[in-house]
Amino acid sequence: MTEFLQHLVNGVSVGTIYALIALGYTMVYGVLKLINFAHGDVYMVGAFSGFYISHALGVEKEPTLAKALAVFVGSMMICGVLVFLMERFAYRPLRHRARLTALITAIGVSLFLEYFMQLSGWFGPASAPFPPGPTPRFFPQPMSFETPDLPLGELSIQKVDVISFLVAVGFMLALQWVVYRTRFGTSMRAVSFDSQVAGLMGINVNRIISGTFIIGGVLAAVAAILVASSRPSINPLMGLMPGIKAFVAAVFGGIGNVPGAMVGGLVLGLAEEYVAGYLLSSYRDGIAFALLIVVLLVKPAGLFGTFRPEKV
Amino acid sequence: MRFSRAVAVATLAFAVAACTEEKKEAPKPAAAAAPAPAPAPDKIIIGHVGSMTGEQATFGVSTDNAIKLAIAEQNKKGGIKGKQIELKTLDDQGKPEEAAVAATRLITQDKITLLLGEVASSRSLAMAPIADANKVPMISPTSTNPRVTKDGANTRPFVFRVCFIDPFQGTVMAKFATEKKIKNVAILKDVGNDYSVGLADFFQKKFVELGGKIVAEQSYKDGDQDFKAQLTAIKGKKPDAIYVPGYYGAVALIGRQAKELGLKVPLMGGDGWDSAKLFEVAKGALDGSYFSNHYTDEDPSPVVQEFIAKYKAAYGSVPDALAVLGYDAANVAFDAMSRAKDLSGPEIAAALAATKDFKAVSGVINIDADHNAVKSAVVLGIEKNKAKYAATVNP
Repeated sequence: MTEFLQHLVNGVSVGTIYALIALGYTMVYGVLKLINFAHGDVYMVGAFSGFYISHALGVEKEPTLAKALAVFVGSMMICGVLVFLMERFAYRPLRHRARLTALITAIGVSLFLEYFMQLSGWFGPASAPFPPGPTPRFFPQPMSFETPDLPLGELSIQKVDVISFLVAVGFMLALQWVVYRTRFGTSMRAVSFDSQVAGLMGINVNRIISGTFIIGGVLAAVAAILVASSRPSINPLMGLMPGIKAFVAAVFGGIGNVPGAMVGGLVLGLAEEYVAGYLLSSYRDGIAFALLIVVLLVKPAGLFGTFRPEKV
Repeated sequence: MRFSRAVAVATLAFAVAACTEEKKEAPKPAAAAAPAPAPAPDKIIIGHVGSMTGEQATFGVSTDNAIKLAIAEQNKKGGIKGKQIELKTLDDQGKPEEAAVAATRLITQDKITLLLGEVASSRSLAMAPIADANKVPMISPTSTNPRVTKDGANTRPFVFRVCFIDPFQGTVMAKFATEKKIKNVAILKDVGNDYSVGLADFFQKKFVELGGKIVAEQSYKDGDQDFKAQLTAIKGKKPDAIYVPGYYGAVALIGRQAKELGLKVPLMGGDGWDSAKLFEVAKGALDGSYFSNHYTDEDPSPVVQEFIAKYKAAYGSVPDALAVLGYDAANVAFDAMSRAKDLSGPEIAAALAATKDFKAVSGVINIDADHNAVKSAVVLGIEKNKAKYAATVNP
């Protein structure tokens, strides 16, 4: 029983991360019908932004809550700016070209980020040069994450897992509120429904698309800091696998659908965890993807996806 | 329209380039096969293929640093047969397919006399047939998988290594574990990696033979960040130790996550653990664990201490085993080249195969019939986030 619960805890902890990244995919797809393959690399940049800010603030010597918040907010801002520039200079000029062109560009942006970060340092101290170079770096712990003695017997729940879960759920609720309760969210849904008509109705389509990208980038940064806080080895290729998994989670939940991405992420995380725990760990990814194929055969639009109305 | 035209032009240009390339390369194998006494008149070009970037970047960088050091020393002594040595390093990003491309390029384009590399077995396995087919001697510094120097049942005539092999390394840890009264072991290996899978198999065989029991077998993939699923399953089986024959990047995270899950048993591994990064990331989570390795920097012998001092002066850090073996591989190569009648591939290979009692930093090297070096191994224990010498195991 303990083992089952432990898998549950692990699965939820991984699943919330997939969900946070998947939201970025799904929202951009919702408004632009573009699969932003560089999203996993935005997540990587988020982790490295946190790394540089931590070094600048000296987090490793004395971690405080204020510094942890600064790392969080700073990394979110850097990722926000990055995706804004990415959309402005890589995707916007191609918006009215064939959809495949934008897709290939997204792969190009992804490779650019991965390989740019693998260049060896141009400036900065030896412990934190920029660009960071190819070797894995240690991400300074923003807080002390000593395991509290919870009366759970053999079950281990990390403080960082609890914080991650709460932060992730908090951001998802905030996103839900933005999408369904604010003027921006309403415009976003309108653009997703039909961007041309939305433009004719006086919505600034460019601004909405930029905003959607920025929200996705910020969520990726949140995911990156949460992951790096408990799995502190970061490298320029770390976004590859989570990026693909989150994309699967987004498709699984119905791409373009916000709650779908959250559920998709959680289901994928749990499926992987239980497959690895109770069946064969070498089938971990295989079965997760097989699950995706089955769902898509039965419900081609994904769990919550619909073909027509309200795609955000 | 413009776009499709651009594509057409690009394709055409590529096709033309490919054709000319082929034409240029066509006569090359023949030229390489006929032993030309000296491809370049006044210098010897040595190739190195290493993982300079990617997940195992410290492996490639350490090895390359050490090779450069060895070459500089040899050149100061007057080179080989009056010729200066030049190094050409190509990065394989830690990918077997890139290693094969890099090896082919070094051999056919740069006309290297000898090939050094790769550190990792999966990459060396991709390079070995290429070196063999082109009759260019290849020395792997640290690839421990037995198949690297083998082509089926035969030994590859041009492929050598200067380290021990996994059947021995697995045995070392199995014996050590038995001595430590460890009975039940769980295995966690990297399924996509020839080194990890091979080492796990050899360990298991010997350990079971010595009366131990394997209680769980779990696997992960290169690039994974989360190992809690496997570790939770392992925890349920209550092992006395976990054998993790992986590379340092994954092992450091496995150590941390094992500790987080309350698994208080030692982890055991092989030479893939050896990197300063292991300790930087593990931050003490691996205390009490053990791994087998090629050398220890605590070795008081003057050869070792002298090398450590030289390496430190040049690069500002204590060399890891990868650096030591990179240095040894280069020096074994120079030794063979000086003994060889001329600098053709077959002659150098014959000289390499005849290497006897060569005093290297990692011990005395004798190349056996399978082109492996016969040497002892050390077991290092981790205390206070530092590797400490624990035992020496002889072949």
